[in-house]
Amino acid sequence: MTELCDRTATELAGKLRAGEITAVELAESSLARVEAVDDRVAAFLTKTPQVALERAAELDAYLPTGAPQSNVAGIPLALKDVLTTNGIRTTAGSKMLETYVPPYDCTAWTRLSGAGSVLIGKTNCDEFAMGSSNENSAYGPVHNPWDLDAVPGGSSGGSAAAVAAGEVVWSLGTDTGGSVRQPAALCGVVGLKPTYGLVSRYGLIAFASSLDTVGTFTRSTRDAAALLSVLAGKDHRDATSLEEAPRDYTEGLDEGVSGLRVGVVAEGFGPGVQTDVAGSVRAAVERLASLGAEVGEVTLPHTDYGLSAYYLIAPSEASSNLARYDGVRFGYRAEGGTDVEDMMSRTRGAGFGPEVKRRIMLGTYSLSAGYYDAYYGQAQKVRTLIIRDYDAAFANYDVLVSPTSPTTAFKIGERTDDPMAMYLSDVFTIPANLAGVPAISIPSGFDAAGLPIGLQFTAPVLGESTLLRAAHALETDLGLDLRPPLLAGV
Amino acid sequence: MPVEIDIDHVAKLARLALSEDEKQRLRTQLGLILEHAAKVGEVAADDVEPTAYAIPRSNVLRPDVPEPSIPHAAAMQNAPEAEGGRFKVVRIVDSDA
Repeated sequence: MTELCDRTATELAGKLRAGEITAVELAESSLARVEAVDDRVAAFLTKTPQVALERAAELDAYLPTGAPQSNVAGIPLALKDVLTTNGIRTTAGSKMLETYVPPYDCTAWTRLSGAGSVLIGKTNCDEFAMGSSNENSAYGPVHNPWDLDAVPGGSSGGSAAAVAAGEVVWSLGTDTGGSVRQPAALCGVVGLKPTYGLVSRYGLIAFASSLDTVGTFTRSTRDAAALLSVLAGKDHRDATSLEEAPRDYTEGLDEGVSGLRVGVVAEGFGPGVQTDVAGSVRAAVERLASLGAEVGEVTLPHTDYGLSAYYLIAPSEASSNLARYDGVRFGYRAEGGTDVEDMMSRTRGAGFGPEVKRRIMLGTYSLSAGYYDAYYGQAQKVRTLIIRDYDAAFANYDVLVSPTSPTTAFKIGERTDDPMAMYLSDVFTIPANLAGVPAISIPSGFDAAGLPIGLQFTAPVLGESTLLRAAHALETDLGLDLRPPLLAGV
Repeated sequence: MPVEIDIDHVAKLARLALSEDEKQRLRTQLGLILEHAAKVGEVAADDVEPTAYAIPRSNVLRPDVPEPSIPHAAAMQNAPEAEGGRFKVVRIVDSDA
């Protein structure tokens, strides 16, 4: 049965405004779903029912029926556990931060909270957002609501699964190399990675600072636009945040794709791409053409090199950012160190999991004397080439289309022994992070096993309006039923 | 060819205590990952400028207005060990030095 928590935020905001439902009813619906399914999905690391119900009651008491209010007021939300929340434990999926209770809020949550958002809890993720399957969490894997034996993708796996399973109406994740778009694709929801700097990174536990973005998981593109309208904007606490005036990203959403120049990225259909995935995206492109888009083919020739560059740049920045976990000021400390350096090494050896250690080692090596020029320096040049690829493509096209990920959800455990195979999951999402451009993944269909397939649109820097308009037009035309089998018995 | 790296040296730079098993595994895995990553050298020609940030900004300043900061006690609340409002660690200087 469809419950309140299965609807879109846009629909629910209308019902709240009209007085047809209360914020408490909506929060209860969401919390009941968490109770019903989260023992199987394991999307949450920390649940905040009391915080949610108190907030909802306040909204019901103070917001008069029919009064103008934010589109996010009263809508149940989850935050990836790398986004700090004042007074609420924030683990980053790591043993290092198992008991860490931040003394401040991240800006993204400050903005949403100020607009009346209702926090249901903090979601599971790969440790320090490093991974593509959520299997690198110190707290165990998340299960894909479409197939409980499959991964939800990563690193924001819990946030994606929570929306897919109706545990929340929408959620936030972070996207450094595809960590919002890839899990969105694997879980059959909409995942938006905004332009770098459009949403403040303040209070986002840093992984790779030049690539990290805060993104959204929603059930519709319109919801993504509504959420972005609250999140976006200048924040002096993040020196890389852009001077963008606040705006309503839902405006112009219905203008369609007639005349829109859509470039199909040739590299997205090469070997290694699952046949059903390529077919679904090709079919969707035909729908765009029938809606009036001008479709052509384009190449991003440095795509493969982007993967190589990413696995030097991101670990290098991570090795520097994660130096702060030294057992002195906050987080875990190992017992029995003979001196400070020994204490720090033991703390880091015991507090970090295998993938985080792998990336710290990779980054430390790439930045070390004698290797810096050959690895990190060269990777930064490739970044320039990726930006040039996009510049050339966007000279002729308004948006680009490709599969989000080469495959649909894979089984838990299938790729854990082969880091390179895992890293390849992100080959189509990484270039957007290297170039700072916005991209969105929307469901385009299902594979033979019934698992959702994601299609990625990419637009130029600050081209969110065009991006959202294209995604909305396709989503409306496809009209997919995105209720996972898990919910049949709920 | 997989890249050979001096695991002990890198682990020391990273302040990471690793078991022998971990070192063995990392030596193999990092060698393979770096072999793939070294592909960047194939296209990064001398005339290509490096990019550190895709959307460059410089000299970003906020208005010079004092704002409240996190209270001392709140900043200390997550310390593994503290004493007298300060972070406590094992001895870092010899007592007779």
